Amino acid sequence: MAELLRTQARKPKCYLLRPVTFLLIMLILVFFGAGFLSPRSPVLWSRRAGAGEAGRESIGLQVVKLSRMVYPQPKVLTPSRKDVLVLTPWLAPIIWEATFNTDILNEQFRLQNATIGITVFAIKKYVVFLKLFLETAEQHFMVGHRVNYYVFTDRPADVPHVPLGEGRQMVVLEVPASARWQDVSMRRMEMISSFCEQRFLREVDFLVCADVDMKFRDHVGVEILSQLFGTLHPGYYRASREAFPYERRPQSQAHIPRDQGDFYYMGAFFGGSVSEVYRLTKACHQAIVADRANGIEAVWHDESHLNRYLLDHKPTKVLSPEYMWDEKLLGWPAIMRKLRYVAVPKNHREIRNR
Amino acid sequence: MRRHRLAIGLGVCLLVGTVLCTLWVYVEDWLPVSYVPYYLPCPEILSRYPQPKLLEQRPTELLTLTPWLAPIVSEGTFNAELLQHIYQPLNLTIGLTVFAVGKYTHFVQHFLESAELFFMHGYRVCYYVFTDDPTAIPQVPLGPGRRLGIIPIQRHSRWEEISTRRMEIISQHIAKRAHREVDYLFCVDVDMVFRNPWGPETLGDLVAAIHPGYYAVPRQQFPYERRHVSTAFVADGEGDFYYGGAVFGGRVANVYEFTRGCHMAILADKANGIMAAWQEESHLNRRFISHKPSKVLSPEYLWDDRKRQPPSLKLIRFSTLDKDTSWLRS
Repeated sequence: MAELLRTQARKPKCYLLRPVTFLLIMLILVFFGAGFLSPRSPVLWSRRAGAGEAGRESIGLQVVKLSRMVYPQPKVLTPSRKDVLVLTPWLAPIIWEATFNTDILNEQFRLQNATIGITVFAIKKYVVFLKLFLETAEQHFMVGHRVNYYVFTDRPADVPHVPLGEGRQMVVLEVPASARWQDVSMRRMEMISSFCEQRFLREVDFLVCADVDMKFRDHVGVEILSQLFGTLHPGYYRASREAFPYERRPQSQAHIPRDQGDFYYMGAFFGGSVSEVYRLTKACHQAIVADRANGIEAVWHDESHLNRYLLDHKPTKVLSPEYMWDEKLLGWPAIMRKLRYVAVPKNHREIRNR
Repeated sequence: MRRHRLAIGLGVCLLVGTVLCTLWVYVEDWLPVSYVPYYLPCPEILSRYPQPKLLEQRPTELLTLTPWLAPIVSEGTFNAELLQHIYQPLNLTIGLTVFAVGKYTHFVQHFLESAELFFMHGYRVCYYVFTDDPTAIPQVPLGPGRRLGIIPIQRHSRWEEISTRRMEIISQHIAKRAHREVDYLFCVDVDMVFRNPWGPETLGDLVAAIHPGYYAVPRQQFPYERRHVSTAFVADGEGDFYYGGAVFGGRVANVYEFTRGCHMAILADKANGIMAAWQEESHLNRRFISHKPSKVLSPEYLWDDRKRQPPSLKLIRFSTLDKDTSWLRS
C-alpha cells in the first residue's frame, strides 16, 4: 500500500517534469537568442566611432560647433612661419608662436568643458619652487579652463597656499622620497601611471607632466593639448640625430641607434590624454625596471626612456622650445618669439639629494 | 533517482546557460573590433628615413597649418613611407562614395580604373556607387581587399535636386550600411580622375579640401551664399578657406554627423523656397566654418585641369577629367 502511494505520489512529479524540462530548455534558448539577435548596431556604432571607451576619452576628437568669430583670414600661399618647420613628417603640428589662433582653440576646448590636470613633483627641497610655479601658472597656464594641480610631495606641510582662480583646484598627494635625485626623477613615471588609474582617468581629460623648478612667463594654453605631445629640448633643436644624447648602449631598453630619431624630447614637459599618458608612463616605468634588473641606468634616466617611447609612438603634437627654455644658458634668439615656460635658476649642488 | 538526476541536470544546464549569457555580455566588449588608436604606433623595425629639419626653409610655399592647428596636406609636408608604416598595421577599411546619375555613368570606368591605381593602395577599400541605372555600371577589375557596392537611387529631373540629395543619401547609407563596413569614408565627385597617389596622409577625423578656384582669393570674394534668409549664409568677415564640394571625408561617424547637418540645413532652405548659390557646396562651406575640419587637403587633392598648375602645387593627385581630350584615344 505504501509502495502504491509512493509511486502515485511520484507520478504527478513525473508528468510535471517533462513540460518543465521543455520550459527550461526554451528559456535557455531564449536567453542565447536574445544575446545573439539583440540590436547591437548602436554599440558597434559607438565603438567604431571610438567613443565607446570611457566617456572622457572622446574629448579632443569631437567636432564641436563654434559660434561666430571674427579673425583674419588664413592665406593659403602665405606660410605662418617661414623660418621653422611647423609640421612633422607624420603630420603632427609643431607649435610655434603665430601658427595658431588662441580664440578658436579656446572656444573648441571650452565647448567640450575640458579639464586639464598638471602633475608636478616637489620632493625634499624642491618644495621651495612650488610658490613661483603655481603663481605663474595661475597667470599663464590654461587660463579660462578647468585645471587640477596635482602636487606630489613628501612634505605636504611645506606646500604653500596659493590663491587659485575659479574652476581651478590643487590636490596634494603625499608620496615617499628617494635618496638619489636620479631615482626621484625616474620614480615619477611609476607614480604618474599608478595615479592615472586611481584618479586621473576619472577627474581630468588631459594630463600635463611638468618639472617644478620652472616658471611660466607667457601663454601656455590649449594649443598644446592633443592625444600625445612632447616638447623639443632647447639644447638640441638645432642638432642632428647623431648628436642627440640618446641612450646608446644596446643593453638598455632606451637604446636608440645613431641613424634613428626624429627629435630630442625633454623629460620636463610632456602629456596628452589620460589614457595615452598612462600608456607612456607605464611603458617607461617597465623599461626602467627592466634596466635596473640588468644593472644599467639610462644616461638621462626617465628622459631617455621617454625618447625611446616617442620614437616608437609618434606624438600627435610637438611643442617648440618656446615651451621649455633656459634664458640664462641659451639667451633669447630671434627664432623664439615667446619664452613661455622657463627654468628657474637653481644651485644643483645645494638642492639635489637634500 | 533518475528524475532527481534529470532535475539536477536541467538545473545545471540553466545555470550554465545564464553564466554563458553573462560572460557573453562582457566578452562582447573584448572581441577584436576595428579600433583606431589615438597615437600613431610606429613599429621598431622601420626603414631609415631622413631626420626632420626643424630650421630649414621648407620646400613648400603653401601654408601647412591652419589657425586651429589642422595640417594642410601637400607634397613635401609628409613622408609617405613613414605614414604607410604607421597606418598599414591598423587594418583600416576606407570607403569611397560617388554618384553616377544619368549620363554621369560614363565617368565611372575611368574613375574606378584610376582609383585602382592611386587611391589608398594597399588598404581595404569599399567603393559605393550610387546610380539610377545599375546596369550601366561597368565591371572594373579590382585589386585584392577592394570591392564595389552599387546602390540604386531615385533620379530627379533637375540636376540641382540630384546634387543636393547627395547629403541625405550619404547619411542614410552610413546609418544603414557603411558604419559597419568602413572606418573612414570619402565622398567625391565622379567626373574626376586620380592622377597620383592618394594615401593615408588624407585620413583624419573630419577632412575638407580647398577649392582650386579660390585658394588665392580673399574671403570677400568667396562664392558663399550671401542671402540672409538661407541657412548657408556666410557674412562678409567670416570664412577660412573656400572648400570644394567635390571632396570631403573623415571618420565615418563624423561624416554621418556632417552630412546629416548639411541635409537638415538644405531641408530648412527648401521649406523657405530657397536653393543656395552652389547647392550643397554652399551648405558644406557653411558647416565647415562652424565645425572646423581636423585636416585640410591642399588643391593638389582637388584640381581643375583647365587651370595652369602653379609651382607651389607639386603633385596633382585628383583632378577634373578634361572632357575635351578624348579618353578613348589613350
